[in-house]
Amino acid sequence: MASERITDDVEGSELAARIRFDRSNRGRQEFHLDVDFQVGPGITILFGPSGAGKSTLLDCIAGLLRPAEARIALGDKVLHDSGAGSFLPPQYRQIAYLFQSPALFPHMTVEENAGFGLQQANDGDRKRVVHHLLEMFRVAHLAHSKAGRISGGEAQRVALARALAPAPRAVLLDEPLKGLDAELKSSIVDDLRAWNRVNRAPILYVTHQRDEVDALGERVIALDRGRIASEGLPQNVLDAPRTKRLARAAGFENYLTAIVQEVREADGVMRARLAESQTELELPLGYATVGTRVQVAIRAGDILLATQRPAGLSARNILEGTIESVEVRGATAVCRVSAGAVFLVHVTPGALRALEIESGKRVWLVIKTHSCQLVGE
Amino acid sequence: MEALWLSLRLALCVAAILLLLGMPLAYWLSQTRWRGKFLIESVVALPLVLPPTVLGFYVLLATGANGPLGKLWLAWFGHTLAFTFTGLIVASALYSLPFAVQPLVAAFESVDGRLLDAAAVLGAGRLRTFFKIILPLSIPGVITAAVLSFAHTLGEFGVVLMVGGNIPGVTRTVSIDIYDHVQSLDYGAANRMAIALLLISFAVLSTIYAVNRRVWSPWPVKHGE
Repeated sequence: MASERITDDVEGSELAARIRFDRSNRGRQEFHLDVDFQVGPGITILFGPSGAGKSTLLDCIAGLLRPAEARIALGDKVLHDSGAGSFLPPQYRQIAYLFQSPALFPHMTVEENAGFGLQQANDGDRKRVVHHLLEMFRVAHLAHSKAGRISGGEAQRVALARALAPAPRAVLLDEPLKGLDAELKSSIVDDLRAWNRVNRAPILYVTHQRDEVDALGERVIALDRGRIASEGLPQNVLDAPRTKRLARAAGFENYLTAIVQEVREADGVMRARLAESQTELELPLGYATVGTRVQVAIRAGDILLATQRPAGLSARNILEGTIESVEVRGATAVCRVSAGAVFLVHVTPGALRALEIESGKRVWLVIKTHSCQLVGE
Repeated sequence: MEALWLSLRLALCVAAILLLLGMPLAYWLSQTRWRGKFLIESVVALPLVLPPTVLGFYVLLATGANGPLGKLWLAWFGHTLAFTFTGLIVASALYSLPFAVQPLVAAFESVDGRLLDAAAVLGAGRLRTFFKIILPLSIPGVITAAVLSFAHTLGEFGVVLMVGGNIPGVTRTVSIDIYDHVQSLDYGAANRMAIALLLISFAVLSTIYAVNRRVWSPWPVKHGE
């Protein structure tokens, strides 16, 4: 029976993929994917800006695309080995794949959809597995509804149940929660975690939303322009993005170009002057020599605002500037501050009132050295 | 009325055969990424632009006692294919091919590709995906294909005349019958047949447009319908 089989032979199975995929034909935008990674059981986040190749990578693993050069294995089962000329079509891979859209079969009921992947099971088994999953994802009451007539959030849950019903050996999720509200999102994430506690399959989860990374992340692979830019724990990957595009995707609002003035290896820092300005910043030590240009990314929420020159702080960067504009967006006030360059600074609306911050006001920006991230282009 | 009955029988046979042959052909056309696909599409569409006499002429040559198909038929069944009801079916099926294949291709192609991907990763092979996903979602297109090839065969004249001749009860269809009546100045009989054909054709077409107007309609389709 499907759901029992999994616990025996899948425990600890690993998904290993080495893929080179080129798309440059027929006028479409040129794109190269070149990755090599292994993921074990548990949730691995595939993070990156749009166009980084995340969906293409999942299509290759699922077998919907056939890259020219690849070796993809799940446990000891080889799915694709271009060298040996072997390619297992998607229907034999036992990999669940949830797309950005639920892609439910609109002419079938919810129950028929969820049982579609269990064609080999007998009726009793299929009913049992389907109802267990529909219960688990709290859509059992819709079992007899036509799939075309349920809401988006419900449809995505049914799609999840349908994908997991055949007890897949690996799970691919491509931004499955896009467009759903936060509450629904976190409950679906909980459901997925619960399923994974029992099944322990490698799960690749594509997102470019920071909150989903924080909620799910055990491990992150950051993809940029078809290559793996970095991988590791979520905080390490996302708080120290390697490229400007990744930094933007990870929620860094400020990008500055600076020229290195002095490298102090003993202190682990360097001083740099902002381009076209006299303002200097102390940055963490990077691979740069005096005179080279570096890109610095700083989160708007990591900058402190003061209305008087602060003293006695450990923070090394205190920049004098002027408020250019203030815009309140929900619970965040976005201040544009001119201080050698334009900085975006996030404060709470309460702080805005207490400090009487308004356009033209003189302020000081406080930035810790390690809030400055060096990023590549 | 013998002619009308013959025409209806011919149209039914042709519609049934075209559905059986047209579905695999349309499925292949809708899925293939072969670069030469346009050649096959052109061949299928040829009867739309070709005068029926041209098609009928070649079918006659092929099915006659000296034609390749005719020889084969003669060897197996002891008579030629030309000037028989079966010969009419072959010729009419060729002539109505685009009326079956085009709506089917349009319907199969309009099925969301992600549904097919979803079926594949859920373990369904091509056959299961076709019968469980593509076909049920293409029912309006299948109805259109059946009805159009039925109606088109019903009104067929030139090909029938070339291949079937004018044998009462065997190859004399309604349109030939009408032509005969007009030739012999029997306008009353011609009119009765013509009205019968007109009403049947209208009934058939209104059936299609009542069922759907999304698949292969000559009329512009409003969005949201």
